[in-house]
Amino acid sequence: MRMRLGSVSVVASLAAVLALLVASGPAPGASSGGVVIVPQPIYRTGPYAAGGSGFAGGREDYLALLNARGGLDGIKFQWSECEDAYDTARGVECYERTKKDMVVVWPSSTGITYALVDRSIKDKIPMVTIGYGRSDATDGKTFPWIFPVLGNYWSQASSFIRYIAASVGGEQNLKGKRIALLHLDIPYGREPIPMFQNLAAKFGFEFRNFPLPAPGLEQSAAWVDMARRYRADYVIQWNFGQSCTVPFAASRQVAFPIDKFMGVWWCGSEEDVRPAADLSKGYVTSNFTGIGRNYPVVQQILATVYKAGKGNIDEARVGTVYYNRGVIEAAVFAEAVHNGIKQFGLPVTGEKVRWGLEHLNFTEARLAELGLTGLIPPVTLTPDDHGGVSSAYFQRWDGQKWVRIPGLWQPYSDLVRAQIAKSAAEYRNQKR
Amino acid sequence: MLYRECGVYRTSYAQDATLFPLPADRLGTAVLVLAAVLLPPVLGTYWLRGILIPFLIFSLAALGLNFLTGYAGLLSLGQSAFMAVGAYAGVILYGRYAVPLPLALLGAGLVACAVGAVAGTPSLRIKGFYLAVATLAAQFLITWTIQHVRWISGGVFATINTPTVRIGGLVLDSALGQYYLALAVVALLTVFGMNLARSRIGRAWMAIRDRDIAAEIIGIRLLKYKVMAFVVSAFYAGVAGALVVFCWYGSANIEEFDLVNSVRILGMVIIGGMGSVLGSFLGAGFVTLLPILVSVTVHRLGALGGGPAVNGVISSLEDLIFGTMIVLFLVLEPLGLARLWKTIKDYLRLWPFAY
Repeated sequence: MRMRLGSVSVVASLAAVLALLVASGPAPGASSGGVVIVPQPIYRTGPYAAGGSGFAGGREDYLALLNARGGLDGIKFQWSECEDAYDTARGVECYERTKKDMVVVWPSSTGITYALVDRSIKDKIPMVTIGYGRSDATDGKTFPWIFPVLGNYWSQASSFIRYIAASVGGEQNLKGKRIALLHLDIPYGREPIPMFQNLAAKFGFEFRNFPLPAPGLEQSAAWVDMARRYRADYVIQWNFGQSCTVPFAASRQVAFPIDKFMGVWWCGSEEDVRPAADLSKGYVTSNFTGIGRNYPVVQQILATVYKAGKGNIDEARVGTVYYNRGVIEAAVFAEAVHNGIKQFGLPVTGEKVRWGLEHLNFTEARLAELGLTGLIPPVTLTPDDHGGVSSAYFQRWDGQKWVRIPGLWQPYSDLVRAQIAKSAAEYRNQKR
Repeated sequence: MLYRECGVYRTSYAQDATLFPLPADRLGTAVLVLAAVLLPPVLGTYWLRGILIPFLIFSLAALGLNFLTGYAGLLSLGQSAFMAVGAYAGVILYGRYAVPLPLALLGAGLVACAVGAVAGTPSLRIKGFYLAVATLAAQFLITWTIQHVRWISGGVFATINTPTVRIGGLVLDSALGQYYLALAVVALLTVFGMNLARSRIGRAWMAIRDRDIAAEIIGIRLLKYKVMAFVVSAFYAGVAGALVVFCWYGSANIEEFDLVNSVRILGMVIIGGMGSVLGSFLGAGFVTLLPILVSVTVHRLGALGGGPAVNGVISSLEDLIFGTMIVLFLVLEPLGLARLWKTIKDYLRLWPFAY
């Protein structure tokens, strides 16, 4: 009993110490007119850590660059991270813990995005979900606080078809072709299916989807199905994480040519293709940002932030796909802050950032001013159109780096907008 | 002296059958109930939304699993799937068919019961780890069905959002309203569960857990009680799933109810103490709240806005510390936190004497 009690008292005192440490609740922020605190729920652990660390690094480096230049219109940024390991419950808790100071939130996860949709409206914090989240959030009237800005899954799906049409010499040659979608059997993976089915009906090609139960690491059966039985002409993968890398070996086993295999933009980073070494040479993915380091703003980040040893990521990863996406997320936010305070003045609030996002106007001239030319395509948002119906770039992996395939591949906007309208109406119906 | 049992005389059957016979227990429970009801308005939405509501919801799910795994001894990895059934059933009843909220919660539980009864039928033929695999199959089958049947999960996103949560004219979409709804449901079902555990049904389950052949010999109908265990645990999980939609996320999203969640709930039952109602709550508190505690502490101790190495270390440190604490607690007390609490109570019974 004595020894038992010894351990019990150890536990009790540990608990008391920890309770005291946390007794005053979440860490207080120090937000004042001249400093904007940017808390981020992000994941540096777990299966998607490569993506999470890339985004965080890119965002923080851009904000550090602004700070080093003396701030954005005199505003300095102070960021913090909250680890959520891509888990929705933890992401929601991180958001609740830090939302006091938040003027923008980057959920970086579809599950967390869905969970925060209602709350961000109540808390008046805009959600910027560039290239993921709800595809129907383009409809600004239904989703006033969510901003896809640069691309959604439905535009991307239709851009794929345009790219394939160009490869076969025109849309009329699509007739009779077989296109397979290899995807994770989760809502993210199933999202493009209606769009592909619409386009198949429009152009006369055959389309079939091959679902993989999450986490999608066992793909040999699906590949045999696609390559031997279905005899697909093109395979598009809509996976995430390790399930993006498995196809390189699996497709080689069934002798499916790599140049007919394409991937979504969440399967298009260096971390996805490097593990496959030579097997991934020739792989094509879509993208919505520029690639590499050859942009004025990235060069400035290297010269200013990394020279001073204040970089937020391993320097070798600067200019990778995930990093660049982080940079543009921060750039969009900074521009929204700039728009907001030009219109309304300090202090920065979520409402003003939302106004700034709704009036985002990245013209060629403005992008050149900010050093973002080529990194972000020109984009203009309106209160009704929060972006997302935009063109995609395509890039090919040459074994060492991504190489941009020349051209801008537009979506089939009328089909995409019809799908958005339908889905937004369904949401409004649920929320009546 | 503090936790005395002497001087407590029961002079009627009603007194004998109360849930809390000892005055110390009654006082403690009264303080807890008062704190749970009166404290939240001063706590703020962070404590409500980030800490208390998830704690309540997972306690309910863990309590259900405790009946199945702790009392009846039937290992199950399908609790999350039953939560999913309850979540979608609840939001369909409330959103699509405009059923009043209390009936929608009950309906969610009952639909989950039906599914649980079907999932529990293999339990007559297979035991132990084999049954765990059968429930694993149920987990995948149920979530697959929900995703692929359009009538259930709706459009492309397989996510259904709920309209404003209200009971009659009372709107419950503030954090406080959601908390009180969750508290009321969890309190009701906990009292029901405590009585269930010490009733004839609970004793039948414990007999089945200890030696089911002997239980059969003395006349306990195995199929009836085993399926009843599945049904009851699925009911709790179904109501918990419906609370996830109405009180926490505001939408039913199938990705939340995956295998990882099932394993986490099983972990709560094991760490909290199998076969104990209090254990479900302690285990749920441990698994949902300790990572937050560790995260906040590590952030306080570490440097904010430091370089990438520090941020990466902080994130990994949180996982490391949490895993270490699980190992530590299980080595300290393999029977769970409920047993640890009982040890403390036993000490307090004799205090200030040593024996």
